[in-house]
Amino acid sequence: MINKTVKDADEAIRDITSNAVLMLGGFGLSGIPENCISALLKKDISGLTCISNNAGVDDFGIGLMLKKRMVKKMISSYVGENAEFERQLLSGELEVELIPQGTLAERVRAGGAGIPAFFTPAGVGTEVAEGKEIREFDGKLYLMERCLKADFSIVKAWKGDTAGNLIYKGTARNFNPMMAAAGKITIAEVEELVPAGELDPNTIHTPGIYVQRIFQGKDYEKRIEQKTIRK
Amino acid sequence: MLNKDQIAQRIAKEVKNGQYINLGIGIPTLVANYIPDELEVVLQSENGLLGIGPFPTEENVDADLINAGKQTITMVKGSSLFSSAESFAMIRGGHVHLTILGAMEVSENGDIANWKIPGKMVKGMGGAMDLVASAKNIIVAMQHCSRDGRSKLLKECSLPITGIKCVNKIVSDLAVMEVLPEGGFKLLERAPGVSVEEIVSKTEGRLVVDGEIPEMTFDN
Repeated sequence: MINKTVKDADEAIRDITSNAVLMLGGFGLSGIPENCISALLKKDISGLTCISNNAGVDDFGIGLMLKKRMVKKMISSYVGENAEFERQLLSGELEVELIPQGTLAERVRAGGAGIPAFFTPAGVGTEVAEGKEIREFDGKLYLMERCLKADFSIVKAWKGDTAGNLIYKGTARNFNPMMAAAGKITIAEVEELVPAGELDPNTIHTPGIYVQRIFQGKDYEKRIEQKTIRK
Repeated sequence: MLNKDQIAQRIAKEVKNGQYINLGIGIPTLVANYIPDELEVVLQSENGLLGIGPFPTEENVDADLINAGKQTITMVKGSSLFSSAESFAMIRGGHVHLTILGAMEVSENGDIANWKIPGKMVKGMGGAMDLVASAKNIIVAMQHCSRDGRSKLLKECSLPITGIKCVNKIVSDLAVMEVLPEGGFKLLERAPGVSVEEIVSKTEGRLVVDGEIPEMTFDN
């Protein structure tokens, strides 16, 4: 089996340079590639385009990359909970494309699946539809959305093997599987890396074909945004 | 006038046995507290879960298990987990029976605005545009008026639209209303102690008042 293992996050992201287009998995702070974000923060790069459902919080996740002014453009569906983001956006320092969450998921899925465009009802009659082709199917209006691809996709999984097969846990799966397929180079960081053959093939969420580099992550903080306890 | 919990409690009466339901952030999340135990329903979280359970105890908190509002949750027996693409495939595909979400404004033809206040708030639409574009049955939980007393039930929305002609029913702090297919809010029930005249005066869009309007009742 082809061995995709690299030593650590620094080696995995070694060739990410300024102005690259990145996809980063995660929903809120759940399932974000913490190790790779930390490694990116050590690099002197800027002008990045980041495709990610959210933009982290002020002091964690992609929020830290925004603070360091590494990001030129964000493509996201929801960017609340981040004051620095809002400041950069309202002052025009940061370019932002907000798109409906399902459309974002499907644009990324399409990018990995060789579908250049598709029609969705989400956003018809709203500012999201501006400049997009509208077509009627069976009496209902849909708008055309193009696929998304990235130079590098950075995903986080629970378990992975040296062949790049991945298993996610809980709702930390979210955007990770589609992003894994939509990157020219896909980097996976995992909580537990095992030799190929140790994961049950029946349980694999992301087949290794999509993953070019995998490494055993460390020191996961797994910060919780809204810890809510039963009353 | 209803408080937020009472709005949620009234909306819970709309839930039917066997439904798959998506609850939005805020008041809609509270609806889960009032769904009668004898009803078998499944709550969907658009970040990839069918079968949202109660909030966890301190020992059971799991960073890898959150709802769309990023709150920690648990899973009920028989839950399933999936990706965001799968999640919105089931939303877009019309498999979710009931969607309950909040709104800043609703128009008399059923347009909803809840994602942006130009120049002030830019948080994004999240999954709301996908949900309202595809859901078969949308119930909105909202305040009837803004803090400075302006009606939020309008002839036309003034804020950027989230979706067009999609809202079926509205439960506000003052009333339950249905959006008529030809346009207009049909008054169905009024909150305890609230008069029809007050609802008329606080509704800018066309309000249809037909016959006696009953006061809401709460079972528990």
